[in-house]
Amino acid sequence: MSLTPIRCGFVPLVDCAPLAVAREMGFAAEEGLELILEKQPSWSALRDALVLGLSDCAHMLSPVPVAMSLGLGGLPARIDALMVLSVNGNVIGVSPEVAARMRADGWSGAFRDPAGTGQHLIRATEGSLRIGVPFPFSMHAELLHHWLGTLGLSSPGALDVRTVPPPLMPDALARGEIDAFCVGEPWGSYAVEQGTGELILPGAAIWAFAPEKVLAARHDWIEENPETVGRLMRALARAARWLSDRDNRAMAGDLLSKSGYLGIPSMIIDRALAGRIITATRGLEAVAPNFLHFHAKAANFPWRSQAGWIADSIARRLDLDRAEAVETGKACFRSDLYRRNLAPLGIDMPGASEKLEGAMEHETAVASTRGHMILGPDRFFDGTIFDPSAP
Amino acid sequence: MAPRLKIAIVEKDEDRARLIVDGLSAAGDYEITVLGDQTTITRRLAQLDPDVVLIDIANPSRDSLEMLSIASGAKDRPVAMFVDRSDDETTRAAIEAGLSAYVVDGLAPARIKPVMDAAIARFNMVSQMKSELEAVKSALAERKIVDRAKGLLMQARGISEDEAYTLLRKTAMDQGRKVAEVAQALVTAAELLK
Repeated sequence: MSLTPIRCGFVPLVDCAPLAVAREMGFAAEEGLELILEKQPSWSALRDALVLGLSDCAHMLSPVPVAMSLGLGGLPARIDALMVLSVNGNVIGVSPEVAARMRADGWSGAFRDPAGTGQHLIRATEGSLRIGVPFPFSMHAELLHHWLGTLGLSSPGALDVRTVPPPLMPDALARGEIDAFCVGEPWGSYAVEQGTGELILPGAAIWAFAPEKVLAARHDWIEENPETVGRLMRALARAARWLSDRDNRAMAGDLLSKSGYLGIPSMIIDRALAGRIITATRGLEAVAPNFLHFHAKAANFPWRSQAGWIADSIARRLDLDRAEAVETGKACFRSDLYRRNLAPLGIDMPGASEKLEGAMEHETAVASTRGHMILGPDRFFDGTIFDPSAP
Repeated sequence: MAPRLKIAIVEKDEDRARLIVDGLSAAGDYEITVLGDQTTITRRLAQLDPDVVLIDIANPSRDSLEMLSIASGAKDRPVAMFVDRSDDETTRAAIEAGLSAYVVDGLAPARIKPVMDAAIARFNMVSQMKSELEAVKSALAERKIVDRAKGLLMQARGISEDEAYTLLRKTAMDQGRKVAEVAQALVTAAELLK
């Protein structure tokens, strides 16, 4: 049987793992697909290729389909998120100089203290903080605005969130163009290895269950290819389940270290996969629970409320109509297709497609089709609860 | 008469930048600035306030330009990718040439068209230069690996350089692979056995 070719753009990051696994471990081929992975040099290049039809689908920052549907960005278009590929996985770091100033001011160096670390960071940079993120529409940017905004810094003015491509972050730090950065792995661990950065907080400490990357495709392409879309989603769900097995972690690390993917030693990649982060060049290992999820806790389910939170956050910052933005945002997370295409795999489905975001302090059993779904924790560090029906 | 169009080119390689500037200057009377430094792009672009920004599709700094598409103040002029989404032919030609163009809102397509045509032509030349360079580089790398494999064979089997090469070529032909692939396999195996 000949395989149907599917072109999928990706950016070489640890969280492209489900795509790499779907291809290399044969899950795509079992669904009759030849998954052709196209490495992209930037998020804009990935977006352009998708919008202009050079790729069929893409590994995308979760806020990008939302922003594009709101007509924002350099090339707006109707792009949907078919499923969530990864939850959490970002990390915030500072230059060794800023870390030293924070320590001199009494910072304990604790890796999971968002309020305390945030206050020390604000004081160490004298109230005018410049932080690099990989893309203006990214969970990185949203988490920073939520975290530092809650602690009293708000943009524009005191907080300057700038787009700096991760390979250029060390240079920007060294020149004093930015004080801190928020990146996805392996870039944080890479900065530690190079001695250019020290990691101060995992993204999961700001929001315990933040959708990070999604599988995105053009709305029209999805409508025109329902059968292929189903096969693609099933291949990725099975790859995600494979990745969630601890026994497969070493193999996943080896696979990602190949030059076609990340091209860096697997020992750096393993830190994110295992949630054991080395925060400073001569530092100890910090255990970061919930550092990165590929499958557990219904991680792949595209909750409409997650998209609602992202849309609300963007709308507040750019002064758009919030209620309207939330409705538009919700519509591009396709929980309907997730249910239709993945139920046949026997995947447990939640009873609803929206939830209160941030309401679960601990792991919580919820109503589901097969009756054994555990969600959470999903809390925000400041206890915010986002109600998608009344933003 | 409309004021001269302000064009910014983001390119750190001086030879490539010159090639593009020359092409644009021949096409019309433009105010052209080249930005070579990657980390200060956003700040410099904000000062320059160009009508058109041209950048290589493969340049990771493209993501920094995305901020320009979000107008944050009344004075800001939002930019969009490419000239005109209805002009698919130009868009496709630009992508194939490895060019992304950001253009301010409201600029007449007739004023942009000659800029795009000239830029596409020059970016095509640049991509060709790049692929030639890469071909030379990979040929050099292949020769190195073949030389190492020859050395290993000469040492292990006490044969001459010509005989070693003949052996590599024969093995490659028998297996339907390239000489460089067989050489690479041999070198990798030798390293493992060390």
